[in-house]
Amino acid sequence: MKEIIKKIENLMDTISRPIKLMEVCGTHTVAIFKHGIRDIIPGEITLLSGPGCPVCVTAIKDVDIAIAISKMNGNILFTFGDMMRVPGSKHSFYQAQAEGANIRIVYSPMDALEFALKNKDRKVIFFATGFETTSPSIAGTLFEAEKADAQNFYIYSTHKLVPPALKALLDSGEVRIDGLILPGHVCTISGSKPYEFLVSEYKVPSVITGFEAEDIIQGIMMLLEQIASNKPSVEIQYKRAVRKEGNPKALSFINEYFEPCDAKWRGIGIIPMSGLKLKDKYNRWDATKEFNIDVPEPREPKACQCGFVLRGIKIPTDCPLFGKTCTPERPVGACMVSSEGSCAAYFKYGRWGK
Amino acid sequence: MCVGVPSKIVKIDDYMATIDVEGAQREVSLLLLNEDVKVGDYVIVHAGFAIQKIQEEDAKENLRLMKKIFGIEEVPPFSGKSRKKRKALGS
Ligand code: SF4
Repeated sequence: MKEIIKKIENLMDTISRPIKLMEVCGTHTVAIFKHGIRDIIPGEITLLSGPGCPVCVTAIKDVDIAIAISKMNGNILFTFGDMMRVPGSKHSFYQAQAEGANIRIVYSPMDALEFALKNKDRKVIFFATGFETTSPSIAGTLFEAEKADAQNFYIYSTHKLVPPALKALLDSGEVRIDGLILPGHVCTISGSKPYEFLVSEYKVPSVITGFEAEDIIQGIMMLLEQIASNKPSVEIQYKRAVRKEGNPKALSFINEYFEPCDAKWRGIGIIPMSGLKLKDKYNRWDATKEFNIDVPEPREPKACQCGFVLRGIKIPTDCPLFGKTCTPERPVGACMVSSEGSCAAYFKYGRWGK
Repeated sequence: MCVGVPSKIVKIDDYMATIDVEGAQREVSLLLLNEDVKVGDYVIVHAGFAIQKIQEEDAKENLRLMKKIFGIEEVPPFSGKSRKKRKALGS
């Protein structure tokens, strides 16, 4: 470890300017705090958090619609635990549940399917959120649902894709990023290919990185090597889980059931082709088609700076609400919502970063 | 959200496997795996599905990390072989 740090220091001497690296993934944001990575790397390296928590960026409107669906007679909405505190325009899932909405937490979408198969008189909706790491599990569950001929099972897809968000971020040109720490588990599925545009179009050094302290430090070192030699590429540090081609089987499941669509990211807005919706031939599983509910267009909370935080322009402590009206218990904006949001991580680890 | 937990396969029954993460057992689907796996192999598990096969050494390393990061309990660091391996990483 010491040797890598030494190497990082030497590389920084060669580069001799401040460097900004962005970790895309919320799991990295948390890991960086927990390992105290900022304390062991040179001060001229700034680590920014990117848009990488799929729970945080779930649109307010999707929460509102899902709550409305869960209140319809005989319906039960299942979701991952992380989603429960995400604020809608009036309520989070937790608050709606307290007021009688039928919402339950499961560990796997398969648990929701199992419930559906045992309770055929109920309509079971799975609120599906997540990046490429998670969408194959939903596709796999749909495959099983089809096999079991589940007539009462539906998916509400808010799945998002990482590469289009990175493209939008780089296109905005609002923040200079010298290198990207790419998400290890997302790339376990997608492989490195969807990220090659980062180099061919934007010349941004990129390293797919694991989650151990050594992984992250090594990822940072690999990025600095690319920067120092001015040879940007997409490298894989997290070799024990990521293959260049990703997981082709999982990808084929995604492609069978889903297709890209424009999607709204909380705090950011609509990013073209950054979401996944069910293909038309799978309409019968689509909760938005089955229940066809619309709700008034919600407004993003006013003073919340999430839009800037998610794009790496501001850090959480720049927000006037941080730690005051906005806390993990009562989150105002997206980044405070899940434990992997940047504001929540800053709050929890009490380090007002650099 | 995208946390993947390295888990050892202790039983396989068609497309379902029983996995063991430090004593806790759970059923997961092998549907999404691209490679064949057998009992004793390690896989990364996310939301009830195995999403990738990993080498055992790597799996233990990963598991230690996950616990450290996501704070289940303190795990003793590796000794011997794997330590050397990690050192080699850094050189
Ligand atoms: S502290 Fe709260 S209100 Fe401020 S940017 Fe973060 S999530 Fe938004």
